[in-house]
Amino acid sequence: MATEILMPALSPTMEEGTLAKWLVKEGDTVASGDIMAEIETDKATMEFEAVDEGTIGKILIAEGTEGVKVNTPIAILLEEGESADDIDTSAKPEAPAAAPAADDAPQKSAAAPAEGKSHPEPRVDTTPDWPEGTTLKKQTVREALRDGMAEEMRRDENVFLMGEEVAEYQGAYKISQGLLDEFGSKRVIDTPITEHGFAGIGVGASWGGLRPIVEFMTWNFAMQAIDQIINSAAKTLYMSGGQMGSPMVFRGPNGAAARVGAQHSQDYAAWYMQIPGLKVAMPYSASDYKGLMKTAIRDPNPVIFLENEILYGRSFDVPEIEDYTVPFGKARIWREGNDVTIVSFGIGMSYALQAADKLAEEGIMAEVIDLRTLRPMDTDSIIKSVMKTNRCVTVEEGWPQGSVGNYISSVIMQQAFDYLDAPVINCTGKDVPMPYAANLEKHALVTTDEVIEAVKKVTYK
Amino acid sequence: MAARKTTKKPNVSADELKAYYKDMLLIRRFEEKAGQLYGMGLIGGFCHLYIGQEAVVVGLEATTKEGDSRITTYRDHGHMLACGMDPNGVMAELTGREGGYSRGKGGSMHMFSKEKRFYGGHGIVGANVPLGAGIAFADKYKGNDHVTFTYFGDGAANQGQVYEAFNMAALWKLPVIFVIENNQYAMGTSQQRSTSSAEIWERGKAFGIPGEAVDGMDVLAVKEAGDKAVAHCRAAKGPYILEIKTYRYRGHSMSDPAKYRTREEVQKMRDERDPIEAVRNLLLTGKHASEEDLKAIDKDIKKVVNDSAEFAKESPEPALDELWTDIYATEVPQEA
Repeated sequence: MATEILMPALSPTMEEGTLAKWLVKEGDTVASGDIMAEIETDKATMEFEAVDEGTIGKILIAEGTEGVKVNTPIAILLEEGESADDIDTSAKPEAPAAAPAADDAPQKSAAAPAEGKSHPEPRVDTTPDWPEGTTLKKQTVREALRDGMAEEMRRDENVFLMGEEVAEYQGAYKISQGLLDEFGSKRVIDTPITEHGFAGIGVGASWGGLRPIVEFMTWNFAMQAIDQIINSAAKTLYMSGGQMGSPMVFRGPNGAAARVGAQHSQDYAAWYMQIPGLKVAMPYSASDYKGLMKTAIRDPNPVIFLENEILYGRSFDVPEIEDYTVPFGKARIWREGNDVTIVSFGIGMSYALQAADKLAEEGIMAEVIDLRTLRPMDTDSIIKSVMKTNRCVTVEEGWPQGSVGNYISSVIMQQAFDYLDAPVINCTGKDVPMPYAANLEKHALVTTDEVIEAVKKVTYK
Repeated sequence: MAARKTTKKPNVSADELKAYYKDMLLIRRFEEKAGQLYGMGLIGGFCHLYIGQEAVVVGLEATTKEGDSRITTYRDHGHMLACGMDPNGVMAELTGREGGYSRGKGGSMHMFSKEKRFYGGHGIVGANVPLGAGIAFADKYKGNDHVTFTYFGDGAANQGQVYEAFNMAALWKLPVIFVIENNQYAMGTSQQRSTSSAEIWERGKAFGIPGEAVDGMDVLAVKEAGDKAVAHCRAAKGPYILEIKTYRYRGHSMSDPAKYRTREEVQKMRDERDPIEAVRNLLLTGKHASEEDLKAIDKDIKKVVNDSAEFAKESPEPALDELWTDIYATEVPQEA
């Protein structure tokens, strides 16, 4: 059967082109791969090769013709035994079988239906993290975090820890203290200083059936590895149509420490929170470090675990419960109040709680919410609280533009606009690289006084 | 390129030789069809064809056993066909349809098969090299003797993370074969203009990784080198590098006018070094197959390819709900 040769699309954006030159004439035989014509696209002149073998029966579009639409028949190819006389030139070309245009995707967003006050009632899980009467012990964040990892490593032999100085040095911040002794060098692995490479090896190992914990000495160094975190770890489940994902944890200290300068003092919460496919935890208390780390290791998705060096040494109550876990997407209310909602996470909670204490002395009762995980984010707990207090202040150490607080503000506007009695204020770090000088650094971070001031503004006190 | 003529006697059976012929021809015909569908607007975006490089994956796949893994960059259709993935599923992914390996969500550059241990399909040049080392890390951790074939191009060989992966693979003796598919052009930049070393595999020496250059237009040479590399890895001696000198006939992607090389250069390679023609000649001169036998193979393959194109056209577009699935796994994935 004679086949029509169609004007090809030779770039992702080409709709029409110029048939610049024929390199074959009627009667020529062509084989697969032979160059038949030169075609000018919107970008360049391209050679057009034959796919099927046969004889050129008829050339339908003369060379030099401009504006030839893609899929217009430009020649007829005859198979063995056919002649040009067989060509029925009246035959209409089949309509090009281009993919049907997709309908607009449904406007669906997990976080923000633009429904105003008609949004569904916020659903809040108010069960406490541990039952009343549970025995508590004081533990530092550092110890709780290590215990969480160690428990999971005992439970599942496919869990291993890799990173710079995690094994023999016992961790640059002593988080992995004792793990090498207990689990050996097969499962607690010192890497060279090569973040991009070992992050990629970690992702590959997760595809190979292991459950890696990849430690970055600090998240600042993970910028070397961010391509592997986002393009390889976060997107593969989707790109593979659900065939394979990356069950693993990336962890390390995040944000400012003390006097370590601009390159070692950045909060990445807002960066990672943006990525579909990642889960993001940023705990404050020791019990959450432990419980969320255990949940992170068991989660079948890549989890970003943002720790804080200043918090490592702080002590909190940790329940003496066997196999203590904390679910993702469940905020914790640290104190209840009716006058204002303060939302924070990670070290930001220090400022939020200090501010709430001082405000209480002045008779302003703040409700303080610790988000604990930023993706998934328990926005329902925020909305429920704002419906009661009608005011909200967010607190974080990261930069103001595109901050976590900006996102929370937008969710509140869309879901609880009519409940607001004042604009939401985002307390953030200042919009500058971190300075070294002690006084400047203090000023660059968010301060408790700023949180107090913001609360007074939204409560018109 | 240091091309050698296929002069030595084949050390494989007639059946094996025929299988190589079939597998290479399938890739070539499939890719020609993909090019045609691209021209018709049925395939969108980027589409990087493997035509000319067929002997690389076919020769190396002949050295694998059950449990071995493979991972590559975005010029990936040949790898998928060579490891036994279904042409229908690959073509339907190219057209972005429900019947595709990723149900239309990956496209030409992002396909995977857990069953065949094909780990993609990666669009960031060089990124798949540490990923491949990581898959090998998992095999070593579990204590099996599986090998991971990590393919990348001469262009990727200039990415820093490749050497980060070399270092750790050598340090930890990971069972990974780094396959440099040197087709001489990193998109439009020739090796001479982009790469300080003429022999890229020699860069492995800095890490103590053995390797060699291989004539990639000769499937038997590829098979022989592959056997050696696989034996090295299975014996827990660590990584191995194969720099396979090959040539792509088509542009870097479908929209590449290929002005960086002459038509004569391409034509000379096709006329003198074509890997499929070489095996065809071996089959005929060795009297392992007649013209008729080969014609029958051609016909079978044409049918497989045409069927895959039909399947890819008829398979529906993914349901709109697919937009929202596979973002998070809800259960622990089965061990691959």
